[in-house]
Amino acid sequence: MEGQKSVSGSLYLPRMAEIVQVERLTEKEKLFTLRLEKGQALGQHPGQFVEVSVLGVGEAPISVSSSPTRNGTFELCVRAVGDVTNALHRMRPGDWVGIRGPFGHGFPVEKMRGKDLLFAAGGLGLAPLRSLIQFVLDERESFGRVIILYGARNPSELLFTDELAEWAQRRDVEFHLTVDRADATWTGHVGVITTLFPGVAVNPRSTVAVTCGPPIMYRFVLIELLAKGIPENQIYLSLERRMKCGVGKCGHCQINGVYCCQEGPVFSYAQIKGLKEAIG
Amino acid sequence: MPLWMLLKREVSAFLERLSADYEVVGPVAKDGTFVFAPLRRPEDVRLDYPITLQSPKEFLFPPEETLLRFRLGQPPQVEAVHNDRRRILFGVHPCDINATWLLDLAFSQDTLDTPYMERRERTLIVGLDCLHPCDEHSFCKSMGSLEVTGGYDLFLTDLGDSYAVEAGTEAGGELLSRYAPEARPAGEEDMARLNRVLSEKWPRFTRKLNVEPEALAQVLELTYDSPLWEELARKCLGCGSCNLVCPTCYCFDVQDRLKLNLQEGERLRRWDGCLLKDFTRVASGEVFREPRSARLRHRFYRKGKYLYEDYGRVGCVGCGRCVRACLVKIDPVEVFNALESSCRV
Repeated sequence: MEGQKSVSGSLYLPRMAEIVQVERLTEKEKLFTLRLEKGQALGQHPGQFVEVSVLGVGEAPISVSSSPTRNGTFELCVRAVGDVTNALHRMRPGDWVGIRGPFGHGFPVEKMRGKDLLFAAGGLGLAPLRSLIQFVLDERESFGRVIILYGARNPSELLFTDELAEWAQRRDVEFHLTVDRADATWTGHVGVITTLFPGVAVNPRSTVAVTCGPPIMYRFVLIELLAKGIPENQIYLSLERRMKCGVGKCGHCQINGVYCCQEGPVFSYAQIKGLKEAIG
Repeated sequence: MPLWMLLKREVSAFLERLSADYEVVGPVAKDGTFVFAPLRRPEDVRLDYPITLQSPKEFLFPPEETLLRFRLGQPPQVEAVHNDRRRILFGVHPCDINATWLLDLAFSQDTLDTPYMERRERTLIVGLDCLHPCDEHSFCKSMGSLEVTGGYDLFLTDLGDSYAVEAGTEAGGELLSRYAPEARPAGEEDMARLNRVLSEKWPRFTRKLNVEPEALAQVLELTYDSPLWEELARKCLGCGSCNLVCPTCYCFDVQDRLKLNLQEGERLRRWDGCLLKDFTRVASGEVFREPRSARLRHRFYRKGKYLYEDYGRVGCVGCGRCVRACLVKIDPVEVFNALESSCRV
């Protein structure tokens, strides 16, 4: 290949990161605080993901749960569900993982400034949204209303309970919490996340909605968001796919012709509306 | 580009000299068919081959390759594996040259895929024209890939007792002057012979799509919900053989392999195929392209539409390897033509 500049380095070589803290959030989820070697900043935008290596086991795409405004370390909220994530759950502070990335397009933070923000998170979907929520709360004055709707299947599956309590306390955050099924201790709202929508009035033109959750949730949440009159290009979703490479080569994450790892994982509804494979 | 003439009986010496400085990979006979393999002896080369079982893709993008080697520890030591072998792919037909061109684009656009590009920049391609269709399955002419407009360093055309040799790149020209000093500049008579051979070859290639390759994207756009996908899926075994033999399939999986000492290991990438159900499975168990019809459609869309939209070249070169390998003979010509005709009503 003439004229090609010589190839150097390796696209697939991870940077090493040390686990500095592990916090159990639920039976299945742990929060890992990581520090890149030599104190490098990860440099992520809210909503981006990294490829996490547990060497000897493999690599998996995980969204970054912390905001770049909280620097020095970054956090990954990981559910033990596959080989890599189960191996991660066995790791302790002082252990090392590999990190490639951050990859993909995150949330368009600049377009959100000055707008009211409506977050709708289902289950583990809170993990990627938390990076943006933290970012917004750290620069609170440059955003309008902050409305957070969060639903989990039952109270024991709620993530980040300390932060949920803090959001509930804050006067500048409108926080609504629900569980699909209550237990004996639960005194709050019961019902799927869509049951929270009637209680929330928004000015649709000045509202940007951000949602993440299991695929089945999107269909119902989108109906609610559109019913509130929020324009399609002001609704953002973060989609999950099997991103093996993170750089638009391996083919696994393609949604029709779109590489989720490159153009996503965050998309506006307007972007994916015509993609038949997007929400199934 | 200048044209040279090389007598057929001089090819062996050419290959012999090349072998001193390069690994020379060419078509050889194996088990009643032909494959690309490193040439052990120059006389093993079979430049009369109709088509090989696999394209020479595997020498740029191996079925399994080591990306990294590591040693566990706190922190683990990880190093990238590099490839510095200089290689010549000798006797590559136009379909495979065009397929390689597409791979070059896919692995270099936006982000350089370093393992592929390392191999590619150390590889020279000596093409070989097809004067006859390889069998009843190929439809290269129809896909525009019977002709090559680049992507080779030298290109040979069989003129009976000798080959006309065109240098496609400076590196190709140097290769010829250094390793085949017997080659002589072509004269007017040689040009006339070449032109005659070329004009005779085109009418022999008759199998075709009823649609221009560039219009496939539109045909597919209109036929996403065609009942044909379901119909084909009832036959398709979902085995991924088509992925395996396709010269433009380049999807891969990444896996770690730990040695028995449990201290050292390597990270590999291996060919993967979009026809396989696990291709879109995420850890939670969700499969994003569950029905076989959707997987089959995805493959045709990728070849006819997605790759074309990304790289400006259709992802099918008409080599016919997929239908040869397919156990139920799903034929891309029939599929594309059926889709096209369903658009006309």
